[in-house]
Amino acid sequence: MSERFMLSRRELLKTSAVGAALSLASASFPISRAFAATATVGFIYVGPKDDYGYNQAHAEGAATLKGIAGISVVEEENVPETVDVQKTMESMINLDGASLIFPTSFGYFDPHMLAMCAKFPDVQFRHCGGMWNKDKHPMNAGSYFGYIGMGQYLNGVVAGHTSKTKKLGFVAAKPIPQVLLNINSFLLGARSVDPTITCQVIFTGEWSLAVKEAEAANALVDQGADVITCHVDSPKVVVETAAGRGAFVCGYHANQSPLAPEKYLTGAEWNWAKVYKMFVDDLVAGTPLPNFTRGGLADGFVKMSPLGPAVGDAARKQFDGTLAEMMKGGFSVIKGPLKSNKGVVVATEGQAFVETALELESMDYLVEGVVGSTA
Amino acid sequence: MDATEIGLWGVPLAILGGAIRVSTPFIFVSLGEAITERSGRINLGLEGTLVFGAMTAYAVAVMTGSPWLGLLAAAGAGLCFGLFHGWICKFRGVNDIAIGIALMLFGSGLAFFFGKPFIQPSAPDLPAIAFGGWSDIPQVQAALSVNILFLIGAALAVFLWWAFRNTRAGLIVRVVGDSSDAARAMGLNPNTVRLLATGVGGALAGIGGAYLSLYYPGSWTERISSGQGLMAVALVIFARWNPLGCFAAALLFGGAGALGPALQSVGVTQGYYLFYAAPYILTLIIMIATSSPSRSLAGAPRELSITK
Repeated sequence: MSERFMLSRRELLKTSAVGAALSLASASFPISRAFAATATVGFIYVGPKDDYGYNQAHAEGAATLKGIAGISVVEEENVPETVDVQKTMESMINLDGASLIFPTSFGYFDPHMLAMCAKFPDVQFRHCGGMWNKDKHPMNAGSYFGYIGMGQYLNGVVAGHTSKTKKLGFVAAKPIPQVLLNINSFLLGARSVDPTITCQVIFTGEWSLAVKEAEAANALVDQGADVITCHVDSPKVVVETAAGRGAFVCGYHANQSPLAPEKYLTGAEWNWAKVYKMFVDDLVAGTPLPNFTRGGLADGFVKMSPLGPAVGDAARKQFDGTLAEMMKGGFSVIKGPLKSNKGVVVATEGQAFVETALELESMDYLVEGVVGSTA
Repeated sequence: MDATEIGLWGVPLAILGGAIRVSTPFIFVSLGEAITERSGRINLGLEGTLVFGAMTAYAVAVMTGSPWLGLLAAAGAGLCFGLFHGWICKFRGVNDIAIGIALMLFGSGLAFFFGKPFIQPSAPDLPAIAFGGWSDIPQVQAALSVNILFLIGAALAVFLWWAFRNTRAGLIVRVVGDSSDAARAMGLNPNTVRLLATGVGGALAGIGGAYLSLYYPGSWTERISSGQGLMAVALVIFARWNPLGCFAAALLFGGAGALGPALQSVGVTQGYYLFYAAPYILTLIIMIATSSPSRSLAGAPRELSITK
């Protein structure tokens, strides 16, 4: 409800005399926008900035830019993935003079960000996710993402050692490639410990639905899952509910160990500060921004939470060994022979997809051992 | 490991557990709204009151360490919101629905503003009573650990149903809701009655919010409610302004909402979006089955602006 309120405030500003004067000024002095040393960078979040999860990870990254001379940061939170985000982008460009915008949520890309790319060819847009394609999409757009599936693989390694029931649980939002890769990586990490482990997935259908996420965590524990992880915007509810029922948890997006210090094993976290700093350095230097930015554990885009007190020695050893291997580069989570849970071969004997493989960004299957369906 | 393998029994158990866990905010908001609407006003602002109650309860519980004080504060905040609505609506030409929408936005906005520092800390939860001690199965014990607020809600539904029929206060509320003229002829001031009815409704919605943030799901986030307050207001009409009906409708919504996750957890994974629509489909079916052209809106207070 508040987003409407916020937007109407922006709308009001836009139509008011002050707003008109401002946009007139920025239109008649385009030089001030091209002059990179005083650039404005816009960040748009789908939820609140302090959600113990996805949006908080981005906002923490954005916050590190605020100390850089000549860079001002504008932010708006709770912006729905509707035409509202177009209005937000327009007002960031027209009113605040933003020359670089980061719409951080998956659903902002098509058609909203693409429409703005066409309308404002001088403004740079970088979308968090894997949707930008150089053959289909404009060059003032681009995408950035981290190979956090590796982190979920490491979560899985620890979960595999810790689980007694050999059943893991995964609370997922929507069946998009990034989520599916996380689920598959979590299970394959666990299966590297014990190939009989299975993982039950529950899709809630939305990025943030507190009650449904709690119900999903309860249902997973009811079915015997004893290590739970998730891919929703705010893992707080899942972590607290699962730990409250006595299950172990692996974190996601940010470090949730303060919520369940005894039950938290480890977690896959973002380190967006590094990524945003790279973009802004290019902006200040006046060099063209990259359109396609990716990085993993070795690049510092992704990091792991410190291992919790419940993690045993065997798990610790395999975790450290696998992490060291990943840091060397060339580690493959998806490697043959591997079938999907519908029996389709997704990787043949000897075939391996390293973390940078583009095929992984269009993943549409769950691997054998995951109980769940993508539709 | 047999104790943890309950298989398909998980589905009815999840529906039962879900009905108990999820329904409580619906019960309180819809009972509160039933009182308000029986007096002839509609307060659509209860969604905002619910969110503000959730925030207040959590904040007070974090600061004092006592969830009960949080609950009390949420009820107090809800009372203030309700009284404010009731007070504004007594003026001539003021539309209660429009004020309700304004208060809904105001309540959530204010809750987001004051709630920012309380998203990170953890608050103590309201205690639950274990009714599952007779069973060795941990899943049954978990489903039957019932929060005291659910029991209070159930008792309140029965009490209100009885009180509307059998007490002087209940009669006064109903008279004011059915005919302002008759009420004035009896020497009652409709505005005062409605002010109190809206205040009580707001306080109950605040308690519903406290349940959300202090018990289930048990944390304060800005997306905690996801429209439950609005749905509860609609439940009142669905329940034909009958408190027992409100209770049943809330249980139905809670249980049906648990169906989607429960079915996925036992391996029924196709079409989960359809299962998530179950509460609404059920509502539609019941509405169609119980509707009749000759007695439409039976039980509706005649002073309501939607039925007048």
